[in-house]
Amino acid sequence: MPSGHIVSAFEEELQFLSRRLAAMGGQAERLVEQAVAALVNGDPVLAQKVIRDDLLLDEAQREIDDKAISIIARRQPMARDLREIIGSIRITADLERVGDLGKNLAKRVNAVAEGRQPASLFRGLEALAELALAQLKEVLDVFASRSVERIGFVRDRDEEIDAMYTSLFRELLTYMMEDPRNITPCTHLLFCAKNIERIGDHATNIAETIYYMVTGDQMPPERPKEDKSHRVTLNQI
Amino acid sequence: MSEGDERQHDTLSAGALGRLRQNGWLAGVSCVAILAVSVTGQVPAYAAALACLAVLAVAAMTPGRKAETAVQVVRAVPEANPLGPLSAVHLAAAVAEPLVVFDASGAVVHANDAARRAFDGMRAGLSLPLRFRAPEMQSVIEGALAGDGTILSVDYFERLPVERSYRVTASPVGHDTGLYVLVFRDQSEARRIDRMRADFIANASHELRTPLASISGFIETILGPARNDPKAQANFLGIMQEQTGRMSRLIDDLLSLSRLEMKPYLRPGQTVDVKETLEAVISSLAPLMADTGMALDREFGEGSFLVAGDRDELFQVLQNLLENACKYGRSGGRVVVQLEKAISGGVDEVVATIRDFGPGIPEEHIPRITERFYRVDVETSRTQKGTGLGLSIVKHILTRHGGRLSIRSEVGKGSSFAVHLPVA
Repeated sequence: MPSGHIVSAFEEELQFLSRRLAAMGGQAERLVEQAVAALVNGDPVLAQKVIRDDLLLDEAQREIDDKAISIIARRQPMARDLREIIGSIRITADLERVGDLGKNLAKRVNAVAEGRQPASLFRGLEALAELALAQLKEVLDVFASRSVERIGFVRDRDEEIDAMYTSLFRELLTYMMEDPRNITPCTHLLFCAKNIERIGDHATNIAETIYYMVTGDQMPPERPKEDKSHRVTLNQI
Repeated sequence: MSEGDERQHDTLSAGALGRLRQNGWLAGVSCVAILAVSVTGQVPAYAAALACLAVLAVAAMTPGRKAETAVQVVRAVPEANPLGPLSAVHLAAAVAEPLVVFDASGAVVHANDAARRAFDGMRAGLSLPLRFRAPEMQSVIEGALAGDGTILSVDYFERLPVERSYRVTASPVGHDTGLYVLVFRDQSEARRIDRMRADFIANASHELRTPLASISGFIETILGPARNDPKAQANFLGIMQEQTGRMSRLIDDLLSLSRLEMKPYLRPGQTVDVKETLEAVISSLAPLMADTGMALDREFGEGSFLVAGDRDELFQVLQNLLENACKYGRSGGRVVVQLEKAISGGVDEVVATIRDFGPGIPEEHIPRITERFYRVDVETSRTQKGTGLGLSIVKHILTRHGGRLSIRSEVGKGSSFAVHLPVA
């Protein structure tokens, strides 16, 4: 294994990149967490904060991209270093999308909170968010420890998230059929559920990027798709 | 080990090496100076040689002590101190709270046992800013590294896998050692009590309202229209008794869930024989099985089935599952209890499976049935005296044991609930 670089400034630049990326990951985790809390508790103040905080993620993405491109231009990295830098660019793009999805959750807080909804509507959403956040956390932990051999959990979790999403989809449709007044909040909640499910997908993408960064191989392609919500119709419920 | 860790290791040892080199360089310069003096002729050659040897001896000793400080992290006590040559590793091990020593690059130099237990993957070489990504932790680590030696502290909250909250303190070790220390004070208990109170009130008030409304309705009827109708009164009192029974079962379950949430970590070192526990559960449920007319088949594997954990809690897990199988799988007429060993993801597991042949659970409900108060069919659950908390308790206990619950079910054919626990 190579032991560091002869040019220590290069070393420092690479370290800066992964640190900045980890900080961005932490911000993304926090943002999604707060967005879900704002949604469940109907807290418009927290929602506004989430919407503002998304700017931090955009800024982090620009900074990491600039840094990465300037490293490539000046150092002409090879092999693992190049993968590290390209991987960083890809991971920031995913994290930035996670931030956007979180922001979108926060934007719906007012529409959902209009006419207080029963807690049961949110319970499923909370459980879904918990799965997606666990996925994001574990993936970023692997980024810190580089122990890619444990990355298999990502796919199991992805399946769980998809199954939960399908179940939530059915549940919300049922509420809409029961009472047309539920249609507005439930439609918003459907989009929220979809956004959370997408957050899980981005976490899976990040896992694949990390696998590539560390091993130089692509993750094996089998990716079972368990989301069956595209097949849910009214007469099935 | 990956390259990132390697790099951090290197910067670490490079620091120690740098100090060594600095000393060697000084010694070299002194020797050259002494030789230069002897060449100019004022000092005899043998005296110069002796002086050189003395300088080299001193130089050889000095870096030796410096290298030691890098390993024995806080050797702040002088030799004369009663603490003697107490190593920082011993000191860190004696601290009950998670304690992490890190260097100027943010890489872990030493983590004590408590830290390794509390944080998955914590080991020397791990980069702290990469592991603790929460914004407040980032700022406290950065602050310590850039700081003027003051002690910084912050509240840190981890939601997953189990909720924990810490008061984190970051401070430099000694003067100019280039090392820093993070100490985590666990405040989960206090925080959990607060949350629990809120959750308990929310859940309890919602679920207790229904039976309470029905009881107060019947009281009104007994006092009003049914005042002179003993037959109706007896009927209503029967319903009221049923409702109060439901309320007290609900409170029991809520309390046991709360108790679990109060102590989310297991005391290490205890082992449980799953086979023996399962037998005890079966005999405790014998009356229920006789009532419902269920038959039970055992399919136990050979050998011992020891897992780390708390017997009472695992008893409750198996009891809840077997009770569910008897209640909801009644139409199938029998229950199969399997116990075997398996390997999943490279980990040896004990797997206890409880299988019924009842109506099964529709696929769309399976991911959700461990949620609190989630019921597949509210009516069936009510008639079976379910509280909607049984599986939630099961899941909670298994999470604490590092285990998991896997559920398979096919409508019309029955369900199977498998408890996976890592082998002790």
